[in-house]
Amino acid sequence: MSEFFAMGGYAKYVWSSFGVTAIVLILNLLAARRQLRQTRERLQLRLVRQSGRKVNT
Amino acid sequence: MVLVGLFVAGVAAAVGLALRAFQENLLYFYTPTQAIAGEAPDGKKIRLGGMVQEGSVRREPGDLELRFDVSDNEKTMTVAYSGVLPDLFKEGQGVIAMGHLGADGVFQAEEVLAKHDENYMPPEVAATMATDGQGTPAAPPRSDAALN
Amino acid sequence: MWTWFFQLASPPHFYRMAASLVPWLLWPALLLILVGAWGGLVLAPADYQQGEGYRIIYVHVPSSYLSMMVYVTMAVAAGIGLIWRIKLAHAVAASCAPVGATFTAAALITGMLWGKPMWGTYWQWEPRLTSELILLFLYFGYMSLRSAFNDLNQSDRASAVLALAGVVNVPIIHFSVLWWAGLHQGPSISKIDAPSIAFAMLWPLLVMILGFTLFFLGILAMRVRGEVLEREFHSRWAQDVLRGVSRVEAA
Repeated sequence: MSEFFAMGGYAKYVWSSFGVTAIVLILNLLAARRQLRQTRERLQLRLVRQSGRKVNT
Repeated sequence: MVLVGLFVAGVAAAVGLALRAFQENLLYFYTPTQAIAGEAPDGKKIRLGGMVQEGSVRREPGDLELRFDVSDNEKTMTVAYSGVLPDLFKEGQGVIAMGHLGADGVFQAEEVLAKHDENYMPPEVAATMATDGQGTPAAPPRSDAALN
Repeated sequence: MWTWFFQLASPPHFYRMAASLVPWLLWPALLLILVGAWGGLVLAPADYQQGEGYRIIYVHVPSSYLSMMVYVTMAVAAGIGLIWRIKLAHAVAASCAPVGATFTAAALITGMLWGKPMWGTYWQWEPRLTSELILLFLYFGYMSLRSAFNDLNQSDRASAVLALAGVVNVPIIHFSVLWWAGLHQGPSISKIDAPSIAFAMLWPLLVMILGFTLFFLGILAMRVRGEVLEREFHSRWAQDVLRGVSRVEAA
């Protein structure tokens, strides 16, 4: 098992490469979800403000 | 519009700098044949590319300096180097040595990089191919492999 | 075929379809990436030259491939948007850029981490590395250019021109290893004759590449939904979606 993690002496390079890639994948997922949610919230707010103005006048 | 101009200028500058570095890198790349013919500028740091000749890696006893011959299948040039070698450095492998050509015709390297080919296979397969005499790893490498 | 195409290009239809598509892309992507990583790290044998160190290939090659594939997708979408004035195409192009930039960064970083032990250096101004770095700059330039305009139409058109101009860099990246003397080796799997990689090592790589492709398409679908909603804010369907009274909004 520890032999597996040692990667024949290349542990530092192999695991940091896999780590960086995993981070990129996760960040992409989180960023896409956040972008969709924030867009929706922002537009909803804009919609409420707009219709609010219509009611007032 | 000023912003747009700034952004485009910034990106263009980055690309320009990268291309300049790239061009310099290409400009000072020589094969042993070119270097021996005196095409390389004197005293300027250049890159020497080629294949480490089989059986040419030697170290004088009690000396840190390593010497090996780099060949482009036409001419060979001796390279002297004392420093850390990359893991893939070995005889028959492509290398790029950075340094300058000494007056004695020996290339004084400050850095040695190893090139490898695009073949990936398990060691057993490589061994079989070597004994078959038809495989890539043990067969003499193509001359262009070292240069591209 | 064409009715299907036009239906797909209609924003409300796309918004709904993309939502149902996302899980069908991302779950298989996760599965493929896990299988590919397991295959690459555990099942594949060590390399005859690089030992265990070559396993970086299983993240480096899929990232590099995506960095170029995403750029081509972006440029084609931008071109379609520019020529046929299809808004959805501009939305696709705009959504590609941040994803492509991150995978270009991943390709560069994993490449540096591979280059250090094997070649002996993190970085060289050699053809493959330089052209890939320029790809990253192109993505940055595209995104900065987009954000520099207030008007969406202007932003779409100006950035589309940049995306199209930059597409010449993609074949340069691919062929750089053949055209110039550099440090990077030639292509291993995209050769016309047999690939230069043993099958036991190749299959996890192909699984990984497929997984990354599906992952990108899933992320793209999510991002384009947001873009479309924003662009269609003034339309009836989008406002219905935002009020939560629409059939369009299922997910």
